[in-house]
Amino acid sequence: MSYDVTAVGESELPVQPAGLKAVGAQKQIEGKSPWVLALRRLRRDRTAMICLGVMVLIAACAIGAPIFATITGHGNMEQFSTIGRTAAGQPIGPNGTFWLGTDDLGRDLLVRIAYGARVSLFVGVVATAVTVIGGTVIGLASGYFGGVIDSILARFMDWLLAVPFLLFAIALFSVAVQKPIFGFIGPGLPIVIIVLGFFGWASVGRLVRGQVLSIKEKEYIEAARALGAGPWRIMFIDILPNLLAPLIVYSTLLVPATIVGEATLSFLGVGVQPPTADWGQMISTASSMFLYGPWWYLVFPSLALLITTLAFNIFGDGVRDAFDPRGDLYV
Amino acid sequence: MSTETTRSAAGDGDVLLRVENLVKRFPVKSGRLLPTEREYVHAVEDVSLEVRRGETLGLVGETGCGKSTLARCAARLYPLTSGKIYFDGQDITNLSPRRMRPLRREIQMIFQDPYGSLNPRRRVGSIIGDPFAIHRTARGEDRKRKVQHLMELVGLNPEHYNRFPAEFSGGQRQRIGVARALAFEPKLIICDEPVSALDVSIQAQILNLLSDLQRDLGLTYIFIAHDLSVVRHVSNHVAVMYLGKIVEESPVDGMWAHPRHPYTDALLSAVPLPDPDHAQQRERIILAGDVPSPIHPPSGCRFHPRCPKARPTCVSTEPELINRLGDDADHRAACHFPVQDGEDISLSTPSIAEDQRVIESGLIAGA
Repeated sequence: MSYDVTAVGESELPVQPAGLKAVGAQKQIEGKSPWVLALRRLRRDRTAMICLGVMVLIAACAIGAPIFATITGHGNMEQFSTIGRTAAGQPIGPNGTFWLGTDDLGRDLLVRIAYGARVSLFVGVVATAVTVIGGTVIGLASGYFGGVIDSILARFMDWLLAVPFLLFAIALFSVAVQKPIFGFIGPGLPIVIIVLGFFGWASVGRLVRGQVLSIKEKEYIEAARALGAGPWRIMFIDILPNLLAPLIVYSTLLVPATIVGEATLSFLGVGVQPPTADWGQMISTASSMFLYGPWWYLVFPSLALLITTLAFNIFGDGVRDAFDPRGDLYV
Repeated sequence: MSTETTRSAAGDGDVLLRVENLVKRFPVKSGRLLPTEREYVHAVEDVSLEVRRGETLGLVGETGCGKSTLARCAARLYPLTSGKIYFDGQDITNLSPRRMRPLRREIQMIFQDPYGSLNPRRRVGSIIGDPFAIHRTARGEDRKRKVQHLMELVGLNPEHYNRFPAEFSGGQRQRIGVARALAFEPKLIICDEPVSALDVSIQAQILNLLSDLQRDLGLTYIFIAHDLSVVRHVSNHVAVMYLGKIVEESPVDGMWAHPRHPYTDALLSAVPLPDPDHAQQRERIILAGDVPSPIHPPSGCRFHPRCPKARPTCVSTEPELINRLGDDADHRAACHFPVQDGEDISLSTPSIAEDQRVIESGLIAGA
């Protein structure tokens, strides 16, 4: 007989059987880490798993966008001014050639939406990564070192959260159009990521700082200090693992918010620039002609955005439930 | 870990840790942006004590009297406001973190809360292996072997190396804390209420473990507790603290036989007795009022607002911690009117008017 903790099954606290020493002498006894437990809870969450499937599908569409172009035979930027538009120059509705219809320039909407997913997901992931990494490092430093460093960083975060983000983005855009900021931040994707990252990290920073403030008073931090551990070791080996759960939860919920943020900027014309396919931009153009008939031009990009953010959000909720069954995180 | 003969035998009287005139004040934050007038919690005021090699010094007192702060200052976890600390003859008061690092191996702590003192996200093996990782003395298989040896030493199953703290009971967790503290065969272990969070039966196990280890490894302990019977069981010397000061200090038998400070007397009278007949005959000394705020401690003797024997002198003059009433040389009490043998202080009444007593209400600092 061998003792296998995974055999304890659904019970999350393995019971130590009697006579353990005798029977399990050569068997490694390994407790299930909180991550394994969380992943198991997540796997059992059917809604979250469906959303994960949807997310994978969207990611596949984004990566495989050229496949759509090959199947339909319509390029991403290709304008079909004769077959893709009515005699009056209006977009045409869904049909056998253009499955989701065309846009105002006679481009295939399906292919454009698939390419748009690339921008959305790319910005969603990259800007979130910038936000979370920046916020974590600054929040850790602010919370752990305290004192003057904390006062300065915390006040800066407060200030950042008070700045109207859209106005700032629009102002920054008009500057970047004149001349790239610092020589390389031109209008388009770079500025979107910079703006979203710059305004996003403060909320992560505050979350991390708050957690650090409570964790650093724990006795195990004092124990580490008594053992002679330096500040870096304490921050990254003792404190950071306790922050990963809230950070993962926050990140999964931040991705859809960032996607919406990117769509908002592009909708306002200060985000991704034409002719690059982008959902926010399509919704913006479509909303001006929506009343004249081409409903598909508005509905399909909006649906794509809706489904994406919904899937990410519901999945994020599932992740939170899995990582934090007791509801300790204030995310 | 083997018993080394180089360690001096218990009770040879040489001093391992000496604390001189230690003062620790914590600033009380006031004002959000601009700091206004600063106030201080007087957590430890002018405390001097000695811990002899191989012995156990018991530190007792109520919650908030400064015993944990004193211990953490002695371990150099908190910076001192003033005072000196000598460890093994060396002045360690102002050592830089870098110079302090080798000494961290010699002074270790065991904490009160077996749940709070172990990082819940890390496996037991890596928690106990921390000392080796931090000081880079062992890695890989070597570290694992050492950790498992430590686990065996404190009575844990070494095969539980890869478990998480949450999978252990309170007593087992406290053993993990002990194992971590033992990693470098320290000279001094500061036990900050190591058993007060445990069940009585588990308390006995941990206390026995600690005394076995002391015997086998020649350890010196500072043992903080508020349970006097525990302190009596483990200590050679006892120091009683009240509001940041030591009010009485003595070998353990002298303290129980002749408590000189009214506060000590009151504490001892509160210890539950196992014999109900005996317990009924005894007069409990009930102290009036609460512990005053350590931000504005009372003048003179800090105990005077609650002392049944208080006189006007107690309000005006601070008593020295000296030998009283012809006790043994190392029995010292800080009281102008020490308790006589056989005196029942529950019959005394203070001879100062209520309005003369300096009682400050307000914040009471945590231990």
